[in-house]
Amino acid sequence: MSKQIGDVILDVNNISLRFGGVKALTDISFNVKEHEIRAIIGPNGAGKSSMLNCINGVYTPQDGNITFRGKTFSHMNPREVAEMGVARTFQNLALFKGMSVIDNIMTGRNLRIKSNLFMQALRVGPAAREEAQHREFVEHIIDFLEIQAHRKTPVGQLPYGLQKRVDLGRALAMEPQVLLLDEPMAGMNVEEKQDMCRFVLDINDEFGTTVVLIEHDMGVVMDISDRVVVLDYGKKIGDGTPEEVRNNEDVISAYLGTSH
Amino acid sequence: MAFFLETLLGGLMAGMLYSLVALGFVLIFKASGVFNFAQGAMVLFAALAMARFAEWIPKWTGIESPVVATIGAFVIAAAVMFVVAWLIEYLVLRHLVNQEGTTLLMATLGITYFMEGLGQTVFGSDIYKIDIGMPKEPVFLLESVFEGGVLINKEDLIAAVIAAVLVALLSLFFQKTSTGRALRAVADDHQAAQSIGIPLNRIWVIVWCVAGIVALVAGMIWGSKLGVQFSLTTVALRALPVVILGGLTSVPGAIIGGLIIGVGEKLSEVFLGPYVGGGIEIWFAYVLALAFLLVRPQGLFGEKIIDRV
Repeated sequence: MSKQIGDVILDVNNISLRFGGVKALTDISFNVKEHEIRAIIGPNGAGKSSMLNCINGVYTPQDGNITFRGKTFSHMNPREVAEMGVARTFQNLALFKGMSVIDNIMTGRNLRIKSNLFMQALRVGPAAREEAQHREFVEHIIDFLEIQAHRKTPVGQLPYGLQKRVDLGRALAMEPQVLLLDEPMAGMNVEEKQDMCRFVLDINDEFGTTVVLIEHDMGVVMDISDRVVVLDYGKKIGDGTPEEVRNNEDVISAYLGTSH
Repeated sequence: MAFFLETLLGGLMAGMLYSLVALGFVLIFKASGVFNFAQGAMVLFAALAMARFAEWIPKWTGIESPVVATIGAFVIAAAVMFVVAWLIEYLVLRHLVNQEGTTLLMATLGITYFMEGLGQTVFGSDIYKIDIGMPKEPVFLLESVFEGGVLINKEDLIAAVIAAVLVALLSLFFQKTSTGRALRAVADDHQAAQSIGIPLNRIWVIVWCVAGIVALVAGMIWGSKLGVQFSLTTVALRALPVVILGGLTSVPGAIIGGLIIGVGEKLSEVFLGPYVGGGIEIWFAYVLALAFLLVRPQGLFGEKIIDRV
C-alpha cells in the first residue's frame, strides 16, 4: 500500500453536543486527512452517529467548530454541507423507496444540474445533453457497484444488501470529497461485507475520496482503516492507527469491561 | 346510441373536473407525503380571491374591460396563493420536518379551518360569481351521423381542455425535471433528501404553490359553474373517491380515476337509475371507492406499499 495521505481536510475541534441533560458528545477533537480512511468506533450509544450528524450539519453542536478545507464553521445546514462536497450514507436506510435505482442515484446529481426547468421539461438543447451526461455518470456508478441488473427496479423491492449499495451509489453520484458512511456493513453477511469493503477501498483508491466510517465489525475496521477514533459515553478515549488503538488500555476496558 | 354518446361525453367532461381537484391532493401527497386536508379550503380561498378581485379591479382602476378584470384577478389570485403557500411553509411545515405523516395530516386539518375562516373574513361570505367569459351555449356534434346530433356543453368542453393541458404540464414537470425528481425524493425521505443537498423548505414552497395554482384553476372553473360559496369546499369531498380509485401517488391515476367516476356516475344514473328510483349519482363514487379499498387499496395506479417484516 503506497497511497498518498494528504493534509488535514476536515478538522473537528472541541465539539460538545447536548440533548437537554444528556451529553451526547463531550469535547471531541480529531482530524481527517485527505485520502485516508478514518474510522469512528465505540460501543453502542457512544455518540458515533451523533458525531457524524454534527459533521453533516443535521445537529448543531453547542460548543466547538469544524474546519473543512480551511474554512471554519460553528453551525451549518445539510444543504451547505452537501454543496461543499460532503456526502453520506445512512445507518437505517434512507432511500427513496418508490423510485427506481437509477432515479435514486440521479437525485445525487441534483446539485449539479444547471439547465432550467422548462428546458428540462421539454428535453431540448443543452438540457437534453446535460441530462445525458449525468445519466452516463450514473451508469458508471451502477457498473461500479455491480447493480446493473436492478437499474429499473423500485428500490423498496430490493434486498437489504443491495439497498445499501444504492445508498452508497447516491452518495457517490455527488462526487464527494469526503464520504461519511454510517455503519455501511450493519446487518450484512460475510460475503456482502467483503463486497462492501472492496467498494469502500476502491472508492478511496480510484476516486481519491476521503472516507469517514462508523463500523461495529472490528475485523473490518482494523483491516481497511488508516486511523481510528474511539468514542465511549461521548468522550474520546483513543485515537491512532489500528495497531495503537488495539493496544490502548482504555479502549480494551471500554469494550471488554474493567477487572475490579 | 346518440343518447349514450351524449351521456358518455358529459360524464367524461364532468370527470375531468373531478380530476382537477383530485390532482391537488395527489401533487401534495407525491411531493411531501402529506395528505392535504386543506385542498378544499384552498379551492374556496382561491375562488373567493378570484371572484372578489374581478369585482374590485374595475372599481379601483376604473377600467371597465372584463378581459382586464379577469386576467388581473387571476394574476392577483395566483400571487395570493403563492403568499399562502409561503406562509404555510414558514409558519407550519418548517417546524414539522421529519415528523410522522399523521402529524402533518393534523396540521393540514388546522390549516383547513383557518383558511376557511380567513377567506370568508377577508373576502366576504356571500355567494359571488366568477364570469370568465366562457360560452354557455351548447353545440351539436355528429349531426350527420345521428338524428339530432350529440349535444355538448361548450363550457364543459373548454373546462376539460384546460384541465387536460394543466395535467400534461404537471406530468412533464414531475417526471422530466430535476426539480420534479427532488420533489419525489422529499416525499420519500426528508433526511436523505437533505443529505444530498435538496433544500427542503424551498421544495415545500414550490409544492404548495403548484397545489395553490391547481386549486385556483379548479376554483375558477367550478366557481363559474356553481358560483363561489362555502359549499365549494365540498368539491374536495367529491374528489376523494377519485383519489382512492386512481391511487394517491399517481398523476395519471387522478385523471383516469376522475374520468371513470364521471362516466360511471352519469351512465349509472341514466341507465340503472330508473330501476332503483334514481339518485345513484350521489353515492356511486363512494361505493366504488369503498369497493376499491377492499380489493385494491393502493388504487389503480398507486405504488404498492410493501412492508418488510
